Amino acid sequence: MKFIDENGFRKDGRKCDELRPTRISAGVLPNANGSALIEQGGNRIIVAVYGPREIHPRHLARPDRALLRCRYHMAPFSVPERKSPAPSRREIELSKVIREALEPAIFLEEYPRTTIDIFIEVLQADGGTRVASITAASVALAEAGIPMKDLVTAVAIGKINGTIVLDLNHEEDQYGGGDMPIAMMPILNKITLIQADGLFTYDEIKYGLELAKKGIDKLYKIQREALRKIVEVTK
Amino acid sequence: MVIFKKNGSLVYPCSLLAEGNYKTGIGVYRENNRFFSSFLGYFKKDYNNTLNVVPIKSVYVPVVGDIVIGKIIEIGISSWTVDINSPYNGILQLSETISRPIDLVKTDLREILNIGDIIIAKVIVFDLTRDPLLTIKESKLGRVREGYMLELSKEEKLSERKIKDIEEKFKCSIVVGKNKRLLIIPKKNEKALSAIEYIIKNIERGRFK
Repeated sequence: MKFIDENGFRKDGRKCDELRPTRISAGVLPNANGSALIEQGGNRIIVAVYGPREIHPRHLARPDRALLRCRYHMAPFSVPERKSPAPSRREIELSKVIREALEPAIFLEEYPRTTIDIFIEVLQADGGTRVASITAASVALAEAGIPMKDLVTAVAIGKINGTIVLDLNHEEDQYGGGDMPIAMMPILNKITLIQADGLFTYDEIKYGLELAKKGIDKLYKIQREALRKIVEVTK
Repeated sequence: MVIFKKNGSLVYPCSLLAEGNYKTGIGVYRENNRFFSSFLGYFKKDYNNTLNVVPIKSVYVPVVGDIVIGKIIEIGISSWTVDINSPYNGILQLSETISRPIDLVKTDLREILNIGDIIIAKVIVFDLTRDPLLTIKESKLGRVREGYMLELSKEEKLSERKIKDIEEKFKCSIVVGKNKRLLIIPKKNEKALSAIEYIIKNIERGRFK
């Protein structure tokens, strides 16, 4: 299948190094301590953060740090064919992957014996939900007043028709030649998550990381803007 | 010694605050000689070169000596568990309630403090490894017989003068807990209710800053 035309434009009209239109709004759920809604292309993901709070069941508590728990869940209506609401193998794995991508950024040792719970609900999925979830979750964490080393921002790169492109949508993800989700702490310039599916050469990875960094810097600005707005509203 | 942010400016997690010989206060971490914010909040530099970030939201972590407003949620064999609006529940031991000796077999602890009772207490021991111990064996502490409890959601600090003004205006007395709870004790009922209304309205407008 042909994903890039002669002029270098992708099917949805983007260039190879262009992100999908992205919007993040923080503080969308008054009940939660922190929350965020991300709209990235066709993705609509809502993230709620609770905590630090008392842990139940009690035996899970760590004496030296807070426990970070994460649930990634796709709504039954998030994909064209109904998805069973029960947690699938993929959702359990993504919950773990997202948790491990966020863990290095949080000062968990400041609240021993407590828990920080992150709930991620995918309302509409259009490829790259794990990276969008990480981006939104770190905004929700900051909004909840949880001490962090840095925000975490994530984006996927991929290979379609032999070209490395930024921020795959569902179609490119499904039929392309591979994808690589990358999460970073943008100011500290440290990677917290890197996965890959498909085959990449050394040069492709090198170029892909540069491309991802560019995309992450753009997303980071959107994250900060969302946080600035919520502070102004509460003021 | 360079400071990159103005006092009171909005900072994000990982905003570079300063470089050089400073002290880290609340919400600040250092890497080598550089100081970063760990919260979303406002930058504040104390005169003794301590850097702080006041977060826009935070949970209450008990500190020894704090006056807190708590609610009894559980009765144990010789102690009570107190909700103090924090991830750590307060423990109130029997010996910290009344001075006279008590026969545990003969007395029902519910007669001293029952579930749902509101108390003004003081944190006497806390070090994060165990739940904070409270006391009500001091003057101005103890069970509250009448009054209204308010929970402040935001990081607003009510100044002492402002509280005095409200107390006079609405003929009530106000106890401010460090755990972001307010207690309004009325002298006349309707007046206290209007004090609550006044406080809620003004906090929403952020006039207490």
